[in-house]
Amino acid sequence: MGELKLMKGNEAVAEAAIRVGTDAYFGYPITPQSEIIEYLMAEKPHERTGMVVLQAESEVAAINMVYGAAGAGKKVMTSSSSPGISLKQEGISYMAGAELPCVLVNVVRGGPGLGTIQPSQADYFQSVKGGGHGDYKMIVLAPASVQEMYDFVETSYDLAFQYRTPVLILTDGVIGQMMEKVEVSEQKPRWTDEEIAKNTPWATFGKKKDRERNIITSLDLDSARMEQHNHHLMRKYEEIKEKEVRFEKINCEDADYLLVAYGSSARISQKAIDLCAEKGIKVGLLRPITLFPFPEKEINEMADKVKGILSVEMNAGQMVEDILLAVKGKVPVEHFGRMGGIIHSPQEVVEALEQKIIGG
Amino acid sequence: MLKEIIQPENLAYKKTELMTDTVLSYCPGCGHGTIHRLMMDVIEELDAWEDTIGVAPVGCSVLAYEFMNVDMQQAAHGRAPAVATGIKRCWPDKLVFTYQGDGDLAAIGTAETIHAINRGENIVIVFVNNGIYGMTGGQMAPTTLPNMKSSTSPYGRDVDMMGAPLKITELISQLPGAYYVTRQAVHTPAHVRKTKKAIKKAFQNQIDKKGGVSFVEVVSNCNSGWKMTPVQSNEWMVDNMFPFYPLGDIKVDGELVTK
Repeated sequence: MGELKLMKGNEAVAEAAIRVGTDAYFGYPITPQSEIIEYLMAEKPHERTGMVVLQAESEVAAINMVYGAAGAGKKVMTSSSSPGISLKQEGISYMAGAELPCVLVNVVRGGPGLGTIQPSQADYFQSVKGGGHGDYKMIVLAPASVQEMYDFVETSYDLAFQYRTPVLILTDGVIGQMMEKVEVSEQKPRWTDEEIAKNTPWATFGKKKDRERNIITSLDLDSARMEQHNHHLMRKYEEIKEKEVRFEKINCEDADYLLVAYGSSARISQKAIDLCAEKGIKVGLLRPITLFPFPEKEINEMADKVKGILSVEMNAGQMVEDILLAVKGKVPVEHFGRMGGIIHSPQEVVEALEQKIIGG
Repeated sequence: MLKEIIQPENLAYKKTELMTDTVLSYCPGCGHGTIHRLMMDVIEELDAWEDTIGVAPVGCSVLAYEFMNVDMQQAAHGRAPAVATGIKRCWPDKLVFTYQGDGDLAAIGTAETIHAINRGENIVIVFVNNGIYGMTGGQMAPTTLPNMKSSTSPYGRDVDMMGAPLKITELISQLPGAYYVTRQAVHTPAHVRKTKKAIKKAFQNQIDKKGGVSFVEVVSNCNSGWKMTPVQSNEWMVDNMFPFYPLGDIKVDGELVTK
């Protein structure tokens, strides 16, 4: 077993960033995720690994610094919280269009607007449906523990470079702020210039005389070529849907009812299914780990086995739409969730299940 | 006949290999093509071909990467200095430049411009100021002169209602991160030569790691947007743009030039 540390989720992301060999982090402070840039600045990663950490003048500037560094073949990340992610959406759309790999972290707070600094899962739609303008997706990972906050940083880089796409770690103020023990990995070196040339032959780090220049752009004024590019992106997303679905099933074998929940809401739902078991109600939990690609096949299969499904989310009902699409009307599907930064209790989840699904 | 004349010994000018053979998308008479060529000439002369990364803006020069034969990134509107920051911070020994118009640099990208310069990013910014949005069809720019007509100021720029033209170059020259700030033009051979000298100095500053932005404004024409012939537009530029945007060095080697 590796070294154990007691860390906040935000700190775990930052420490993981250094240890997996991130070249640069560009960010702008916003609650509840400012610990990420604070931790990075305090740790002097420039001395530890040569990693660049820079506080930008805005989220807009930060994501465009990420664009520049990613386009130059570097492992680069940024983080923010909901209103800041909205500002970054322009840059994320450009990165999806130009097929640039990067890791993004959204420690979600309640909205709309300035909303609240308390935890929420109300950014599901903007995360999994694209977020910015144009036809695109990004891979979305939803950690449910501080350990997963740590581990998903490396997973995200692997996926980002494999598919040349932005990857989002979608979490919230609960996971970002809570402390748990984390097993940290050994320090990995940053890529050498030779490794960058080998791993990202498409990137702009200076045109050698024996190759064509590399161009990073999302623009094509020729409609026929642009449509080809759109089809290329769609094929990539189909491949991701085929190969990268991740989820966890708890007590699903002989369940009569199913909860579907991700992130901190899955942690609460785990307690709720225990409370149900005490009452003699057999309830399983399906926790999507990837929100895009969504485990639609697995949820559809579960719909053949259970009498009803409750989507438990800290929002007004967003993921429930994807569950409805996956279930195709086989069984009743309902949503339960609190908003405004209020975190539902396991008891509330049980009551909602009884009222909306079992009683309904 | 022509082939017989163009013998090596008769060759007075040869296009740099750093310009591609792609036909320029600029209007005949526009200054962009000349400025592109000067930049690529300089990079070739400095033998920096293999170590240069350019950032193209949104505007008429959005397709600069089609013409400049170096590694290029195309940035979102106004964000080129942030994109350049990301590249330069990760590759401090490479040469990084942005090429931006007035709408890109002095309107939507004002924050990125000011903060990249204030941080003293060791990059070159080439700022082409023609006082109008050319690509979108001649709308008012932050640098459009008072009373100047555009498609969004059809009765002339009313300074009381629309604000005065922004002298962004004088403004950023005040920042400690600005190392070299100059304003040039390319409408006559003499001016072309001076602009090339300025661009070369800017890139040399970056190579020498002088610690700050080298900023070259080129006051240029937009004969299409201004609805003039190329010759008229250059005359209009001399008579109207130059009094408001006077040519010459503003800051050299980190020191403001006193006149």
